[in-house]
Amino acid sequence: MATPVLEVRDLVVEIPTRRGVLRPVDRVSFSIAAGETLGVVGESGAGKSMMGSAVIGLLSRPTHIAGGEVLLKGERIDNLGRAAMRRVRGKRIGMVFQDPLTSLNPLLRVGDQLVETIRTHLPVTRAEAEQRALNALLEVGIPAAEERIGSYPHEFSGGMRQRVVIALALCAEPEFVIADEPTTALDVSVQAQIIALLRRLCRERGTAVMLITHDMGVIAEAADRVAVLYAGRLAEIGPVAEIVQRPQHPYTEGLMASTPMATAPGQRLNQIPGAMPRLDAIPSGCAFHPRCPIGEAGCMIGETPSVATCGGRAACQVRARERDLSAMGIQ
Amino acid sequence: MTVTTADTAGPLATAPEGERPLVAVTGLIRRFDVSKPWLNRMIEGRGRATLTAVSDVNFAIPERSVYALVGESGSGKSTIGKIAVGLLAPSEGTVAIDGIDLHREASTAERRRVRAEIQMVFQDPYASLNPRWRVGDIIEEPRRALGPRAGSKSAGDLLEAVGLSARDAEKYPHEFSGGQRQRICVARALASGPRFIVCDEPTSALDVSVQAQVLNLMKDLQADLGLTYLFISHDLSVVRYMADTIGVLYLGGLVEQAPRDTLFAAPRHPYTRMLLEAAPRLDAFGREVPPPKGEIPDPINPPTGCPFHPRCPLVQERCRIERPVQRAVGETRVACHAVEEGRG
Repeated sequence: MATPVLEVRDLVVEIPTRRGVLRPVDRVSFSIAAGETLGVVGESGAGKSMMGSAVIGLLSRPTHIAGGEVLLKGERIDNLGRAAMRRVRGKRIGMVFQDPLTSLNPLLRVGDQLVETIRTHLPVTRAEAEQRALNALLEVGIPAAEERIGSYPHEFSGGMRQRVVIALALCAEPEFVIADEPTTALDVSVQAQIIALLRRLCRERGTAVMLITHDMGVIAEAADRVAVLYAGRLAEIGPVAEIVQRPQHPYTEGLMASTPMATAPGQRLNQIPGAMPRLDAIPSGCAFHPRCPIGEAGCMIGETPSVATCGGRAACQVRARERDLSAMGIQ
Repeated sequence: MTVTTADTAGPLATAPEGERPLVAVTGLIRRFDVSKPWLNRMIEGRGRATLTAVSDVNFAIPERSVYALVGESGSGKSTIGKIAVGLLAPSEGTVAIDGIDLHREASTAERRRVRAEIQMVFQDPYASLNPRWRVGDIIEEPRRALGPRAGSKSAGDLLEAVGLSARDAEKYPHEFSGGQRQRICVARALASGPRFIVCDEPTSALDVSVQAQVLNLMKDLQADLGLTYLFISHDLSVVRYMADTIGVLYLGGLVEQAPRDTLFAAPRHPYTRMLLEAAPRLDAFGREVPPPKGEIPDPINPPTGCPFHPRCPLVQERCRIERPVQRAVGETRVACHAVEEGRG
């Protein structure tokens, strides 16, 4: 098998505080192949953005990576220095964030921002860089790109701005793109355009994408595989159709059933009791056990179940045992 | 862009015959002055600019039902909500609640009576609760302001009605999660014993599993207490779960209104169809439909004729000139030349 573009092994992120060490990301492992989109879903507080920041080396002190490895095309990038990491970001890793207005410099014309990024990362002349910048804007579907290249960010609408951000993320031809809630600030019709654009460009170029979002609908449409995070841990990971239609982890099940999309009109929405635990009060054993409909006494104690220890897709020992029993032919 | 229409008055087909709807919105128009300061206008030689946020909107909400307004940003849905509760005055037209128009009613006693019937739940539960007040005081405030009425309950009872504990009245808002805060907002809205509640995107700041808790709660309360909701949302799946009747707004105008099942089964207006097409679905892995074209136009310089015509696949010459009026097609009321001419 070819080396995955991004590989994350047992990633742990810690925040030291006066009251003890918090772990917003706890032993998360996954990989993304070239041209593949991995959707990362979770509710607020699940650690999805924290994990994204850790992968691209943007954690701010005192938050730090306390364990595990992040590999880009087989090379470790989690232990690079600030300067070396700066060269990797932008060149080899493209980034699209939620709010396009804050990820663009309001004082620079969009064309100049593109040219700056291209010339920082690629050995091209100014004229070549300008040509590339124009092509980048054309590619992301900015109408009248020849004129708009000289506009400032505030002169664009929200959707158009996010297109500029995507052009900026892809202009240095990165191998890996991280998109953190790229459509959350946008309207439904524009959201569909942006998702289609991101998918098309990344597939054409064979770019690996990590799409972080809280919206199951976006994931179902845009991702090839899905990782579900709960309390900083990987609850389940697998192909999108499997996760959406046959979730194995009780949290994924609950999450899917609580989306109004998956509920027939007139039916009650399924609700998961309680809320995501706070970082300073993560339950022992399986972090989901206080809210779990199939939890047992065994879930409260002992090792935290992980996808690796439970086999299959989900980090749930109850489901793992059920599967083992049915494999042996015992009901 | 004011086109008065003979065909738009009167409640929807869903309203029982002969019964007066609790809320009647007639010919509602709201303009905002978005002009630059006087000096800039003089130097740049520009005139005043107005933004028509709501243009000629008509609908009625029968008692004990849920009417949802859906639309994208800038469609005027929140403006309508604010006018309905009396936070904004209409430029033209009326919103009558129980037959009383708050902005024109002369009798103070009548105005007070109707005000107590109306409450609102806002979008952001972090911004809509005073962080310095105890939850009990927050919930009691509407009752103190509007006077005790039949059917109003104590803060403890209200907290229990929304699934919190009566002891939570002693706590401060920061001690609660987003979902719990939205429950507090619902409890506050219920405190004056209202009949009509405007819910402006009540769950868009919440996570899915918490959203489910709050939507279920609001739906149960609506059924148990016989409440009437004006439910404002951009999310079609939420609206589908909550509403009896749905109105689709585009650039300040209602383009289509229909009972929920009719709207989802047979959307008429090209914009409604586009919205339903574009909404993410759970069964559409790698769906490769062409995404909708274009964006919402600038409301300060709206397109002539039908506001949707620059993005419409069925556009014809007439759509660019003449603004369509709402006409009944079965249970649906739709403002579209193409549908009217049988092309839609």
